[in-house]
Amino acid sequence: MSFIPQSDNDGRTLLDAIGVKDFDELLEGVPESLRLTQPLRLPPALSELEAVRHLGELATRNQSCDEYINFMGAGAYDHYIPAIIPHLISRPEFLTAYTPYQAEVSQGTLQAIYEFQSLICRLTGMEVANASMYDGASAAAEAVLLALSVTRRRTVLLSRLLHPHFRDVIKAYIDNRDVEIVTVADDNGVIAIDDLKEKLADAACLVMANPNFYGIIEPVDQIPELVHRAGAMLIAVVNPISLALLKPPGEYDADICVGEGQPLGNALAFGGPYFGFFAARKNLVRRLPGRLAAMAQDATEKRGFCLTLQTREQHIRRDKATSNICTNQALCALAGAIYLVTMGREGIKEVAELCVNKAHYLQEKLCALNGISLACDRNFFHEFALELRGSARRLFDRLLEKKIYAGVPTSRFNWENDHLLVCATEKRTVVEMDYFCQSVKEVIT
Amino acid sequence: MNIPKDLKYTKEHEWVKIEGDVATIGITDYAQGELGDIVFVELPAVGDEVKQMEPFGTIEAVKAVSELFSPLSGTVKEINEDLEGDAAIINTDPYGAGWMLKIENVPESEVQALLDAAAYGKLIED
Repeated sequence: MSFIPQSDNDGRTLLDAIGVKDFDELLEGVPESLRLTQPLRLPPALSELEAVRHLGELATRNQSCDEYINFMGAGAYDHYIPAIIPHLISRPEFLTAYTPYQAEVSQGTLQAIYEFQSLICRLTGMEVANASMYDGASAAAEAVLLALSVTRRRTVLLSRLLHPHFRDVIKAYIDNRDVEIVTVADDNGVIAIDDLKEKLADAACLVMANPNFYGIIEPVDQIPELVHRAGAMLIAVVNPISLALLKPPGEYDADICVGEGQPLGNALAFGGPYFGFFAARKNLVRRLPGRLAAMAQDATEKRGFCLTLQTREQHIRRDKATSNICTNQALCALAGAIYLVTMGREGIKEVAELCVNKAHYLQEKLCALNGISLACDRNFFHEFALELRGSARRLFDRLLEKKIYAGVPTSRFNWENDHLLVCATEKRTVVEMDYFCQSVKEVIT
Repeated sequence: MNIPKDLKYTKEHEWVKIEGDVATIGITDYAQGELGDIVFVELPAVGDEVKQMEPFGTIEAVKAVSELFSPLSGTVKEINEDLEGDAAIINTDPYGAGWMLKIENVPESEVQALLDAAAYGKLIED
């Protein structure tokens, strides 16, 4: 889209055409108190060369994972992004397209969405997936809305070890409803079964993160049956990379599976844009939020793609729509789909195994240091929570000097414990991890 | 246009069949024709209370969704579970196999206020 500046002359012509003396007269309808009485305080205009130079200088003030060794995770994970992804998603057909309103003329976009949905189904083991959502947290909130509407109950159970951002977004979504959020306690890092049993009566759903906020893998075994026996729905919040190794939610009888899609080929990018994925049992398909692409045949029996079950959506169902989401994060989801296809089943498994091995190597080395231990000694995927003798924030700050992002202190969230969440993806090398441990040792002694 | 004489009707194009203290509810032949191919119907659960003139569910055709308004107040005794798998039954047999729900504890005064076949026939002619 081009930017067309307006000259004084252009302004004059416009004002004359509508019969207004000057710009102030145009604003007469705006109360005096809301009007700016002086010109904006802007620095003098720069030439293009000066502007590029200035922006370049500002940009160098950013830190990035190119110069720092990154052990931060807590929901956004530093995985390698194959070069084919930025290359393909930069094609203008994908890059500039908005959600297809005149859907059938956008066959390529629809096919890409359809492929994405199919890949998410295979990854999660669920029967249907939508075209994607804004991010993992909004996908979780939509899942909660769906469970409330299906069960017609008014209590939502959240695992204590659900990411606090997810909790906040769910809360924001249901704040104006007559719905109660109840936290299910943890037993040393996993859902406390006794507490769950006690709270399940009349619950619409349990939102279970797996791996959870502390990176711990939930021993899912009893949970689905308990939840279903109580007439509630099980919403699994998963890390897509972990599904290469862990039992997919479709196999442990989850009703809905959602998650943050960023680990699939999307850059950290200071926190977004990311995409959420949303998959469910087939019998929930008419209550699914968001868009849904389907494969169909045209009048000449050629394969084609369409948006389907649109009667769920706002433009037809208005205020009775299954959700307020009539769009998706097509470009980010496309990056996710290309990632899954590029890596393949074996590739993703390799990534996941490297993550597990490296994270465990790092955890053992760190916990061998004096004053550092696991907050909860449980099976974890590629992230773990450390209990430190001092404040996690302080350790983080000290390690910045060594060009290391040591992890995410839980004190950054509304969280009762002061722990450090440390993550190692396949990108971390042994040299980097050894340097990290050495640096921690220097700082804490 | 098929408007059976033994049924009662509403302005919202629902029919009611009273048998003892149970009322069976569905949509009329006219309504199914106006909606076109019906693909889905969402009904209340057994045991739910429905109120006269308030929505008890939704009906979805290929390109439109409408609310279903309850002709009477009462308690849902039974729903037509066959519609879950194949809502098109409503198109083919709106007064028979396409019934939607049976309710009980219906106030007599509400039944009196329903339209008869002649009045409903006149309504859709206008």
